[in-house]
Amino acid sequence: MSTVAGERTGPRTGTMAQALNLALRDAMRADKTVHVLGEDVGALGGVFRITDGLTAEFGPDRCLDTPLAEAGILGTAVGMAMYGLRPVVEMQFDAFAYPALEQLFSHVAKMRNRTAGKLPLPITVRIPYGGGIGGVEHHSDASEAYYAATPGLHVVAPATVGDAYGLLRAAIASDDPVVFLEPKRLYWGKDGWDPAAPVEPIGRAVLRRPGTSAVLVTYGPSLPVCLEAAEAAKAEGWDLAVLDLRSLVPFDEATACAVVRSLGRAVVVHESAGFGGAGAEIAARLTEKCFHHLAAPVLRVTGFDVPYPPPMLEHHHLPGVDRILDAVARLQWEE
Amino acid sequence: MPEMTVLDHRNDPAAAVPGWRPGATAPRTDPAPLLPDAEPLRVLGTPAADAADPALLRELYRRLVAGRRYNQQATTLTKQGRLAVYPASTGQEACQVAAALALRPDDWLFPSYRDTLAVVARGVDPLQALTLLRGDAHTGYDPRATRTAPLCTPLATQVPHAVGLAHAARLAGDDTVALALLGDGGTSEGDFHEGLNFAAVLHAPVVFLVQNNGYAISVPLTRQSAAPTLAHKAVGYGMPGRLVDGNDALAVHRVLTEAVERARTGGGPTLVEALTYRIEAHTNADDATRYRQAEEVEAWRAHDPVRLLEDALRGRGLLDEQLVADAAERAEQLAARMRAEFHTDPELDPMSLFAHVYAEPTQQLCEQAGQLAAELAAEAEVHGR
Repeated sequence: MSTVAGERTGPRTGTMAQALNLALRDAMRADKTVHVLGEDVGALGGVFRITDGLTAEFGPDRCLDTPLAEAGILGTAVGMAMYGLRPVVEMQFDAFAYPALEQLFSHVAKMRNRTAGKLPLPITVRIPYGGGIGGVEHHSDASEAYYAATPGLHVVAPATVGDAYGLLRAAIASDDPVVFLEPKRLYWGKDGWDPAAPVEPIGRAVLRRPGTSAVLVTYGPSLPVCLEAAEAAKAEGWDLAVLDLRSLVPFDEATACAVVRSLGRAVVVHESAGFGGAGAEIAARLTEKCFHHLAAPVLRVTGFDVPYPPPMLEHHHLPGVDRILDAVARLQWEE
Repeated sequence: MPEMTVLDHRNDPAAAVPGWRPGATAPRTDPAPLLPDAEPLRVLGTPAADAADPALLRELYRRLVAGRRYNQQATTLTKQGRLAVYPASTGQEACQVAAALALRPDDWLFPSYRDTLAVVARGVDPLQALTLLRGDAHTGYDPRATRTAPLCTPLATQVPHAVGLAHAARLAGDDTVALALLGDGGTSEGDFHEGLNFAAVLHAPVVFLVQNNGYAISVPLTRQSAAPTLAHKAVGYGMPGRLVDGNDALAVHRVLTEAVERARTGGGPTLVEALTYRIEAHTNADDATRYRQAEEVEAWRAHDPVRLLEDALRGRGLLDEQLVADAAERAEQLAARMRAEFHTDPELDPMSLFAHVYAEPTQQLCEQAGQLAAELAAEAEVHGR
């Protein structure tokens, strides 16, 4: 083994892809029951190289190149988990997960409930998630609403390098199934982070930027866009807070409500379609719980209600700084 | 005869490398040893039956008689509104009982919804095996303690589960085998094909038993598959296919025992097709007269698994009065227990709705649990309880 433990502790600078790779590596080192499986995860190290080197270090049984069949991959992981393993499944691209949805919805999400707690399934389903990388169709879907609407699943979406490491470690350690959405356009962004730093548990939101005028509530790939929008809004006299939910299930209602009540104005931002999207649920909840504190309706900025567009048009679909600022302007609500 | 196309091999790399074919990196294996026999294996009524262990024959007989009675009583309970639904396995008792008896206690069974008799043969309490169909709990038994997965309602989704469990057992160094049960309709599902392919590629110690009872609800096998037999489907995945008379309990037991042993000793997976017939409708809610002829049902009644076994026992002088009386009494005791147990509605705790969604309930679930508790309290007050 080339890397010693001492080299891996302490702060460093790296990409989200490296952080995810290290999270898998550290989880596999710490727990022999952690097994990675999926298409191309072996010699290739995954098409995004998230599983790079795992087969070399842990062998082809612990990091298993499978036949190309997503239902088979996830269904096999169910059986492995029933026998006491902690499978980490890679779905190569978001829309490629759809053949496995029956396994996810009918079995992964329900097995604990179906068996009155006798067969919990500690499965992590990693899904490279969302658009913005110029992928052709079926390579950029953002389907978190399907997963979040399915009781029994946790739905986690990191937005920072540190969270990518910490939340993936937490997901793998979770005794319940976790759909782990990796914002693929953030894979190559570098940041400082510390693998040894304590990780906030899944289900806790983090205020990434304090503010006094309104709050942008977001997660995953939209976080950097919101931070940029908050910076740009300063010129227009708005001091925007940015809340990173980090997970949709559990939804950290307490933190979100506290921020919204204190500021009275909120915009929910995500890149997937708006109708029936996660933002609809969040906005409804915030309105129900914070109505008397609101100076304006909770607004949503989302992708359009269209199938994910061809790459040359995706910049029109994905919420950008201008669309967010337009919504912020509408928070100056007048009847 | 059409003229055969003559390929020009001048630019074909295959011509340069003997034995090469596009995409091939492994030697091509001869499929002939994987092919099922032309006729389904029968043991009862053949000289081979004479060699069978009398204790096994008696045990199969007792369980088949009890299984037949179980099917009758459960169907009656649906008519009384005591079971929400029951997919009877009348006519298929031999497949289920003999297959389950081929397993060791530490092996795993992955049943589908019609396989309650197999579940019971594993040692699961006969009434706990019915909670799903009664409607009081999804799975009434502990899958881990009984090594029996929940009765699976979606078709063939349990197939990859069996593969994954068998694979994990092998990685752990255990000689545990997984047996997945499914019907003919299930062989059309994607999960069946993906599961078989994974099993063969992973060389997993798993056995697949297709109980081909002729119909997927109303759709006959001719509309389900164009393969010569369902057992032939094994060959394309690289595993042996076996064909067996599913109403011949000894034949099923023999084929399954061989397949389980083969899996246990590192031989990899096997696909077994058992030819049987669903004497009753798909469930109590189905009208089978709309899609099949009475003559067909009668023909299969003449090939009844219980009678076949009785004849064999009688032929060997094993069907004494003691055994008949003992089997009948056990069956009646079981039926009486079912009637008594299902006479009243069970007391269910409404708050159990929230008990096993997550290891730790979310804040939202806790709020909803509070809401239900308040509703229950208000209801109790109205009713003066």
